Amino acid sequence: MLQVYDTEITSRLLLGTAGYPSPAVLSDAVRASQTQIVTVSLRRETAGGKAGGAFFELIRELGTKILPNTAGCHTAKEAVLTAKMAREVFRTNWIKLEVIGNHDTLQPDVFALVEAARILSNEGFEVFPYTTDDLVVAERLLEAGCRVLMPWCAPIGSAMGPQNLSALRSMRAHFPDVPLIVDAGIGRPSHAATVMELGFDAVLLNTAVAGAGDPALMASGFARAIEAGRQAFEAGVLEPRDMAVPSTPVIGKAVFS
Amino acid sequence: MKLNVNGDEHEIACSTLAELMAALDYEGSWLATAVNGELVHAADRDGWRLRDHDRIEILSPMKGG
Repeated sequence: MLQVYDTEITSRLLLGTAGYPSPAVLSDAVRASQTQIVTVSLRRETAGGKAGGAFFELIRELGTKILPNTAGCHTAKEAVLTAKMAREVFRTNWIKLEVIGNHDTLQPDVFALVEAARILSNEGFEVFPYTTDDLVVAERLLEAGCRVLMPWCAPIGSAMGPQNLSALRSMRAHFPDVPLIVDAGIGRPSHAATVMELGFDAVLLNTAVAGAGDPALMASGFARAIEAGRQAFEAGVLEPRDMAVPSTPVIGKAVFS
Repeated sequence: MKLNVNGDEHEIACSTLAELMAALDYEGSWLATAVNGELVHAADRDGWRLRDHDRIEILSPMKGG
C-alpha cells in the first residue's frame, strides 16, 4: 500500500495516456496494467470540436484517478495557469507539475518548478513535481509544499533506463519517508524493476507501454516487474560480493580420493 | 471586436465570453477557459465582458504522459 497525499493506492504503476494506436488499445493497456492513476493533459479545442469530451468520457469509464499534467509549459506562470484550468476541468487538486527548461532533453527548469510548486501548494493543489535527481532541488520542492517527488531516471521518452543509479540511491536514502515516483526514461520492465529494487515507491510510464508492439501485454509485463522489484526491496536484496561463495554446504562433503 | 481565440484572429460581434463560445460553437462541461492569462471559471463566463484584442484560450482534456 502506498499513500500519495491522502490517497492510498495498491498499484505502484502510474500510466500515461498518450501515443497509443487507438482509444481501444489505450483502454486495454490501462486495464492490463491494473493502474489506479492515469495522467492526462489539456490542449486547445477546435471550434465545434468534441474530441476532448470523447476522450474525457473514455478516461472516466476506466475508473482510475486522474493526474493532469502541465506538459509543454516553459514558465512558472504558464504552468500555474494550466494547473488551474486542469482543476476546473478534472475537478482534482492533483497536478503533475512539469516546467520544461530544455527543448532537447526536456529537462525540467527546476528554478521555475520550485516557484510554481510553491504557488500551487499555497492554492491548495497537491503537486507531483517532475524533477531531476538533484537533492537540493528536492529539498526546495518539499519546502515549497510538495509531499511527493517524481525524479526522472532518463530523458522523457528516451527509453534509456536509469542513467545514474548512485543519484537515485542517494535520493532514496535522503528522503526515506517521502513517496518517490520515478517519472520518465523507463524503457523496459527490467528498468522499472531496477528502480523498485532500490526502494522507489512507484513508476510512471507512458511511451514504453504505448510504443510497444502489444501495449496491453507490455503493460501487464511492467505491472509484474514493478511488483517483483517491490517484493525484492521489501525482502532485502543480497549485496554483490567480489568472490564466489559456495551455496552448497562444504561441511560433510564426501572425500573420494 | 477583434479577438484572438486559441491563437487564431477573429472579428466577431459579442460582448461576453459565453457569447463568444456560443458564436464559435464551443460547448461542453469539459472546457476550461482563460482570458489574457487568467482563469475564467465556467460559472463566470456569462458575466465576463470581453474587450478588443483580448486573448482567449479554450482548452479541453487530451491524452498526456
